[in-house]
Parts: sequence; C-alpha cells; structure tokens
Amino acid sequence: MIRVVLPYHLRTLAAVEDEVSLEIQGPVTPRAILDALESRYPVLRGTIRDHGSLQRRPFIRFFACKQDVSNDSPDVPLPDPIAKGAEPLYIVGAMAGG
Amino acid sequence: MPTESLKNGQPQYAARKSAKSVFFLTHSPSPLFTAPIICASIPTTPMSTVRILVGTKKGAFILTSDGARDQWEISGPHFAGWEIYHFKGAPSHPDRLYASQCSGWFGQLIQRSDDGGKTWEAVGNEFKYEGVPGTHKWYDGTQHPWEFKRVWHIEPSLDDPGIVYAGVEDAGLFKTTDGGRTWTEFPALRSAKGDLWQPGAGGMGLHTIILDPIHPRRIYVAISAAGVFRTDDAGLTWKPVNRGLKSPYELPDPTAEVGHCVHRIAMHPSRPDVLFMQKHWDVMRTNDSGESWHEVSGNLPSDFGFPIQVHATEPETIYVVPIKSDSEHFPPEGKLRVYRSRSGGNDWEPLTRGLPQKDCYVNILRDAMSADSLDPCGIYFGTTGGQVYASPDNGDTWTTLVRDLPAVLSIEAQTLP
Repeated sequence: MIRVVLPYHLRTLAAVEDEVSLEIQGPVTPRAILDALESRYPVLRGTIRDHGSLQRRPFIRFFACKQDVSNDSPDVPLPDPIAKGAEPLYIVGAMAGG
Repeated sequence: MPTESLKNGQPQYAARKSAKSVFFLTHSPSPLFTAPIICASIPTTPMSTVRILVGTKKGAFILTSDGARDQWEISGPHFAGWEIYHFKGAPSHPDRLYASQCSGWFGQLIQRSDDGGKTWEAVGNEFKYEGVPGTHKWYDGTQHPWEFKRVWHIEPSLDDPGIVYAGVEDAGLFKTTDGGRTWTEFPALRSAKGDLWQPGAGGMGLHTIILDPIHPRRIYVAISAAGVFRTDDAGLTWKPVNRGLKSPYELPDPTAEVGHCVHRIAMHPSRPDVLFMQKHWDVMRTNDSGESWHEVSGNLPSDFGFPIQVHATEPETIYVVPIKSDSEHFPPEGKLRVYRSRSGGNDWEPLTRGLPQKDCYVNILRDAMSADSLDPCGIYFGTTGGQVYASPDNGDTWTTLVRDLPAVLSIEAQTLP
C-alpha cells in the first residue's frame, strides 16, 4: 500500500484524519498516486493539480524521502521506500510568508 | 413607509419632492418597462427570520435573528481557514446556499447546502473557459492569456435553485443548471472588447451579476477593470454599456468604451432599467439600462467607495459608504459613515448613530453590503476589520453584530418568512 500525507485543509476536505493508503498498480509515480487519490476522493480534484493540464498547482509541493520531487516529471517512479509503503509521499502546502 | 413608494406595483416617483425626483418624472420610461412587479416588504413579526451570510478571509459565518433583529446567533467558522469570497442563497429556495471557497494553495471549491448551512457538499469546481480563451491586456501593456483564478461572485437564479451564475477572475461568466456540479462559460462576453480589458490592482474579476426579473433574457455584469456589460439574449451576445462614465485619473481616454473601474452596480427589482453604480470614483446612475450614465455623487464627502445598495422596497433609496480615496482605503476623517440618498442620488445624508466616529480606518468591500426585506428595512455591512454592522431601521441607527471576525469579503441578507 502506498501512503500519502495530505496537508491539513485537504484532510479536512476529504474527511480523513490521518495518512491515506492507496493501492497502485504498475509503477509508483506522482501521476499514478494522484490518479488514485483523486479517484478515491473526487473532492480533491483541482486542489492539487489543475483539472485540465494536470499541472501541479504553484503552491503545492511533493516531498519523497526528504527530497523535493515537485518539479520532477510526474511519470518518474518514486523511490523504493515510497513504492513499498515504508515512507509516505508528503503533499505539502508551500511555505508562504516567513 | 416603504410600501407607499409602490402603488399597484408602480414606483411613485412623486412621493419624493427633490429636484432629482422631478427629473425622473420627466424621463420617458423605457419601452421595456412594461410589466412592473410588486416588491412588497415583509411585515416584521417575531416569526420572521433574518439570516446574514458572511464570507471572510478565513471562513464563513452565519448570523441569525428573528424579525426584531436585536438578538443574533452566530455559527461558524464554516470552512475554517479558507477564503469565502461570496456566499448566497437561492431566492426560490432560501435554504439552498452556495459558497465560493478558495485558497491560494488549493484553488477553487464550490460548496452547496440544502439546509441553510448546517451541512455542506462540495460540488463542481472546474471552470474551463470555452475554446481558446485568448488574451487580455496585462500590466505592462502586453497581451496576457486568460487564466482562471477564483470565483468572486455567485448569483443563483431568481426562480430555479439549481441554476446559478458565477463571476470569475480572470473575468468570465459561468452558469450551472445542475446545482453546481458542472459549469459552462458564456464565451461571447469576452468578445466584448476583452482584448482591451486590463486587471486593476485587485485583479480582473467579474464581481457583479444582476438578473433582470422582468426581462429574463437580460443580464448585467460588471468587471474590474473593464466596466458594465449587458446581454439581452440570455448570454449569446454582450455589449459594453459604459457611456457617460468618466475616468480621467485611470484611463488615457476618460470616456473609453471599456476599461472603467466599476466597483459595484445595484438595481431595484421593480425598476430593472434603473441601475446605480459605485465607480472607483463617482456614484453613477442610469435610467435606460446602461445606455447612458450620469453622475449622482452630489454632496458626498468622497465619491470613492466600493459597495452600493438599494433599499428593499424604496427604489429611490440607496446607500454607499464613502472611502477617502484610492490611495487611502478608509473612511474620511476616521469616521465610519453610511450615506443614504432618498432621491436616487445627489442629495445624501450621513448615517452615523452607532457607528464609530473616530479612529476608524477599515474598508468596506464591494460585496460586503446587503439589505433584508422586512419593514422597516434592515441594512447590513461588514468591514475589513472584521466588524458586521446592522441597522434594523433603514439605516437610522446601527448596532455591531460581531466585531472581531476575519476581514469581511461579502455579506448577504436573507429574509425568511
């Protein structure tokens, strides 16, 4: 199972309290995770990536195994600990202000 | 009495003896003005309920009172931490509410309630411009592609709670016919010289949608900073209706057909050919559905401001909140004064009883003023300082309903019999 940590407001929106677990068939990529996430929680469509272009929203970040993978291709497989469920993929609201 | 201003459904202009009233008596009514409707006030009874929908920078609040309007209950924050740009009930089904919920991080959501705000359901949030959306003028004078940012204003249909119009930034008008699940655009609006529209400092948002209750195919919209546009064919075609507006400090051609920084327009449903406008500077009026506008700022201490509101049952009674200037977005002299004209403009009186008359430096945003339809009429507004003020007596006296909310973005009053 793939584990995903959502930011507070998206947890509220999706009515989940903790991590989300997802079943992914095939390569574990950001796109595959977001497809599965939006399929399970349709209310999240448009909040992480654009409806049409599927581009990541500007103030959303993806962290995987202490690396910022936000700007990587959404089709690049994520590290093994993510794929094996040892580590969650963090979907994070970018810092704003300071 | 408010009801005396309507007789057999017809506005009785002679009821007001000002010079401006005489002017309007001599004005030939538009041929479109043929089927006046009766806008009867609802007599105040303890059984009446007034609900104030408050959208703020950090959530939605609902204030509820009986018809006496002296005891208020507050619920919220709903959608805590999110911006609620606008929040409005369907006139034909008042417990059906729609809210524009948005965030710089997570974008746009539309929430819908069928029980007056007790429970909510997120509905469709995809606002896709029709075709290739093209470009508008950017700050540096170049052309910039149209990009959806947020929903500024929600306007439910007058008679079908499943039909709603949404005004968005970058400026466009959308409609749903399935209660918000799917939204489609009126692309012809952007053909009304859209390439010349240019965002003001607040963004290029479509902030006002007025549905004509007598001519159902007629809709007015106002866009910052493009002006007022009207369709007479249910949105198939649109035209700018800005003749008479003058913007010497904002536009190189002060009387340009588009580009005016219209802050708000308002209409009384019994007279849909008459519109009132708070422009960036100037309070304006049209008697012919926007074909020509004239200034009615009169004796206001400043004619800069954002909201403009019409009394529920007196079509010639209007309210504005003067703001010092575009450089200083707060009331002149630190005195929060609502100004009321009972003559459709030009002659204005300050309403101050119960409002702070010193050290007040808040702003009142364009969608943050509303009226109930009780008798006497209740007037409500919210401030960027988080106060919500209410007058249960046409504006004569004011009370503070709540004083420490997040900055108020929008106010809508609902009257429930």
